[in-house]
Amino acid sequence: MALSQAEVLIGIKEIVEEVAGIPAASIEMDKNFTDDLDVDSLSMVEVVVAAEERFGVKIPDDQVSALATVGDAVNFIVKASV
Amino acid sequence: MSRRRVVVTGLGATTPLGPDVATSWAALLAGKSGVRTLTQEWASTLPVTIAACVAVEPSEMMDRVEMRRLDRSEQFALIASREAWKDAGSPAVDLERLGVVIASGIGGVITMLDQYDILKNKGARFVSPHTVPMLMPNGPAANVGLELKARAGVHTPVSACASGAEAVGYAMEMIRTNRAEVIVTGGVEAAVHALPMAGFAAMKALSTRNDEPERASRPYDTDRDGFVLAEGGAILILEELEHARARGAKIYAEIAGQGLTSDGFHIAAPDPDGGGVQRAIAFALRDAGLTTRDIVHLNAHATSTPAGDVAEANALRAALGADADHVAVSATKSMTGHLLGGAGAIESIFIVKALQDRLAPPTINIDNLDPAVTIDIVREKPRALPAGDIAALNDSFGFGGHNVVLAFRSY
Repeated sequence: MALSQAEVLIGIKEIVEEVAGIPAASIEMDKNFTDDLDVDSLSMVEVVVAAEERFGVKIPDDQVSALATVGDAVNFIVKASV
Repeated sequence: MSRRRVVVTGLGATTPLGPDVATSWAALLAGKSGVRTLTQEWASTLPVTIAACVAVEPSEMMDRVEMRRLDRSEQFALIASREAWKDAGSPAVDLERLGVVIASGIGGVITMLDQYDILKNKGARFVSPHTVPMLMPNGPAANVGLELKARAGVHTPVSACASGAEAVGYAMEMIRTNRAEVIVTGGVEAAVHALPMAGFAAMKALSTRNDEPERASRPYDTDRDGFVLAEGGAILILEELEHARARGAKIYAEIAGQGLTSDGFHIAAPDPDGGGVQRAIAFALRDAGLTTRDIVHLNAHATSTPAGDVAEANALRAALGADADHVAVSATKSMTGHLLGGAGAIESIFIVKALQDRLAPPTINIDNLDPAVTIDIVREKPRALPAGDIAALNDSFGFGGHNVVLAFRSY
């Protein structure tokens, strides 16, 4: 069953807070991982692996660079969960 | 032009005796042991179940998110460096004249082993992207260098249990040769883990006095049976003398010289003739412009192994001659355990404090002094050191046959 955008966003907020220490309240769909949330390339790998495990989806390495914002990641995961 | 002189202007440490220098030094003077029974599940499967872990966990002194990207040895380096930097008055220094030299004996071995477990159990996808920066031996120095934006050079000498002393000596040389004005230097180790402990135990290097942890590290005692593994970090701020004077810095002591030699004898056993140690002492004295008459205190390597303690004591007697009679020798590993790559650094801090407080720390657990030891060991209580200009030596030796002797003078 497809995941909802809202539940994926909650999960991503928790993962980014755990990995990068960014308060969940300041993480919104339009935030850029690098510029707004200070998630560097190494931490982004952690976010991706944690998201795969949590949502049971695959995020291929060649797709990761396209996930610039939280919204990009949430939408990718929602689609992949179908 | 006269040679640039180098002084110590800041100290920081996290040790089995305390989370900072003041607490660790007070516990040392009080003769307290930092050795405890390990409570981790893996320890019960080993022939050695005791070690000297830091008195206060890094998690009580450091942010959670910062911690998860750092090996435990890197955490120790940052904690001790922050204390030392603050103690030095957070000196304003041209960043291109600021360097870092921090050693580790083994590197991020806990990270390596933990990540290998993840690789085996969950697969390559789950190995942390921080693995390599966490396990590399230069990681502690690199992280401190990044935090302070040091640009004169960041270095990591590796010579097993002589690493920490070699780092401090290298730092002194960087200032002497005008590469830098200020260096953050020292040593760290975080290797209290099943594999390194099993490896040291297989060499019969560790004490198996499991039923009496606080009595296990007993340098120079007839019943010593090996060293006790310890962890922690120790950092000194070294500074060019005129730079320190110009900013009105508090000056603890001068680091005046170093002597480095190698045994060319055996990968792990000490050379019973101690020729390498004697030459290192002679070189350190000459480099510092001191003679054996000037030395009043020595912090020995003395790890509590049957062969090592006597080989060193004989070498000291041979190198110092009759002047050994007025050298108060302390073996502080009797209380801290053996910090491996951190040992030479924490013992340099103890020497600096001894010169400042005019007190040589005690050596605990000598119930029966080994009759082969003919040097003057400070036993149960601290011993007062003379007034006036005094000097002290720090011995450090490492597997591989590395010998490092540092010379300090009161300031």
